[in-house]
Amino acid sequence: MPVRVGIPRYLAYFSYYPWWKTFFEELGLEVITSSPTTKRTLDDGVAEAVTDACIPIKLYHGHVVELKDKVDFIFVPRLVKVRKFFTETFCPKFLALPDLLRASINDLPEILDTRVDLSQGPFELFRISKEVGERFGAGLSRISRAYLLACKALRRYRNLMLGGMLADEALEHMENGGGTNREQKRELTIAVLGYPYLIYDNFINLDLVNKLRKMGADVVTAEMVSPRKMLREAKRLPKQMFWHYSNRAMHAAYYYMNRKRVDGIIHVTAFICGPDAMLDRLMEIESRHYDQMPFLTISIDEETGSGGVDTRLEAFIDMLKRRRVQE
Amino acid sequence: MKLTFPHMGYSYVAFKALINDLGYEAVVPPEPSKRTMDLGVRYSPEFACIPFKVLMGTYLETIEMGAEMAISSGGVGPCRAGYYGVMHQKILNELGYDFEVLIFEPPQSDYLDFIKKLRRVKPRGMSWRVFIQVLKKNYSKLEAIDQIEHLMYRIMPYEINKGDTYRAFNKALNMLDEARTKEEIEDALWEGRKIIARIPQDRSRNPLRIGIVGEIYVVLEPAVNFYIQRTLGEMGVYTDRSIWLTSYTQKNVIVEGKIGEHDIHQMAHPYLNEMIGGHGINSIGETVIYANQGYDGMIQLAPFSCLPEIMAKGIMPRVSREVGIPVLTIFIDEQTAAAGVITRLEAFLDLLKRRREQKAQEACNA
Repeated sequence: MPVRVGIPRYLAYFSYYPWWKTFFEELGLEVITSSPTTKRTLDDGVAEAVTDACIPIKLYHGHVVELKDKVDFIFVPRLVKVRKFFTETFCPKFLALPDLLRASINDLPEILDTRVDLSQGPFELFRISKEVGERFGAGLSRISRAYLLACKALRRYRNLMLGGMLADEALEHMENGGGTNREQKRELTIAVLGYPYLIYDNFINLDLVNKLRKMGADVVTAEMVSPRKMLREAKRLPKQMFWHYSNRAMHAAYYYMNRKRVDGIIHVTAFICGPDAMLDRLMEIESRHYDQMPFLTISIDEETGSGGVDTRLEAFIDMLKRRRVQE
Repeated sequence: MKLTFPHMGYSYVAFKALINDLGYEAVVPPEPSKRTMDLGVRYSPEFACIPFKVLMGTYLETIEMGAEMAISSGGVGPCRAGYYGVMHQKILNELGYDFEVLIFEPPQSDYLDFIKKLRRVKPRGMSWRVFIQVLKKNYSKLEAIDQIEHLMYRIMPYEINKGDTYRAFNKALNMLDEARTKEEIEDALWEGRKIIARIPQDRSRNPLRIGIVGEIYVVLEPAVNFYIQRTLGEMGVYTDRSIWLTSYTQKNVIVEGKIGEHDIHQMAHPYLNEMIGGHGINSIGETVIYANQGYDGMIQLAPFSCLPEIMAKGIMPRVSREVGIPVLTIFIDEQTAAAGVITRLEAFLDLLKRRREQKAQEACNA
């Protein structure tokens, strides 16, 4: 029986899953992904995680709980730096994640807490892959092949998202094909910004994206802006933030506001998210300087009901439509 | 020009002197009060941490007092404190104030920027040599303040008349406040130490020993942490904290030899294997160190929603179990009330006392 490695379907999953899956499968491991987030995941997570943590961390605990009896390893990479960009790193919650899981969940299988710091040089990712591959007894040629295929898969995934697909659509397309015909242009375009694990997880964001589409708005996200364009916008910040995903969201916000690509911006944030306390206010302040760009914050926690969110979304969309007519 | 700075414990004495020595007018920020908090909370993001809100309030209060510029420190993250400067500036501008927040980033991150900012605060006509002397002199004042504060907490649990030590400390602080030259600072420190050490004490007591770790601002600012060290001291508890502005004690005084950053990280290693910003890793490592030194308990102080300390808190139960030291975590926000904290402290002290008695009994039986 092949070694089973579990991948929690949360946090960085939405950014790097094709890479991980391809790599591990090419090494001959069986990849088991936890099922999409449900109420059960949330309850498990809330029960296990430290009370003061934000929902995403709790949900991640829930996904790990689901996997822990089914696999030999759980892959929880410690993401430290994924690019060399000022002092950018990840939220402390990402940095301490493997340690936190070990301290709070009992009877865990071994946690594969590969440290990922890509600021060291261009071959760092290969070196890390080699380390992981050797851990599972693979030879250099096999690792190289897996590495190249993994990078290719990630490139494809990113290109699909650049082309306007959401994470789940892109993953679906890579697995089964189909779904390429982009839907017709709707009346409004709204940028939904925030962390991938809030925007692409339809349970926790209360199906926000699909709701917006039904209300007649096209949705664009940070993943639909090319890295080059984002970096160009980075200069607008007096000092770059320390958190990778926050920087991405802010740069994307600048891009959409500055280039007038959208009718409004919705910032999705998790209740008590630390970096977002800064990011949210910054976006709000900046949106006023760009032609009074309409700006809405949707904050999500364990108790958020869909009723409240629906009402706010409807009001926001109505306002945008009126604004359109007035112009 | 009227300059101000964040209020952090008793350090204002040294910062005031520094600004005055440079020939500016120092606007001494008032000790954080209910009003500071109200002002800060009104204009800060809801989930910003308490230091952010207090600083916001402090800036607004000092603006009323006529301050034109604030000097504060930056950081390289991932703790949010490093981004305070940008946010405070943006929010104050939004409110329509013409007030500058000058942030000194750690010099190793950008030497040029650091020098540029030094040049901005260096008065025209003052040579770099004199400028550096002034900085050095006032740094020694800061060190002296840390020393007498440290001494106060060591003497406090033994004082016979409640409040003596604190009164003596204030006297010493005033003397330091009045000291102008390097020699005067040395003399004031010498005299101050004598005043504090000479209050009537009962050395036969064997007080509980508690180590205090956590986020730097809430550990250092008594007005925010409900004067926790003084409260505990007057309850007859010996407290030691790991964080000092000059980290003087960390390098020189801490019991049993020198303990540096590196050792703290080594100690935290089995539990937390990554720098997570702020003092997160220190909280873990220092807990292990205090436990090894035979302390009875630990108190972790942190602002509500503090990123590094929440992670530390999540890992703390495991540390506590494995090194055998009880840990009380207190998260502080604008809603936290003194009465609640005192009750929790009293319960914690009861637990520590019982634990000590149990241990003594076990030792007898064995």
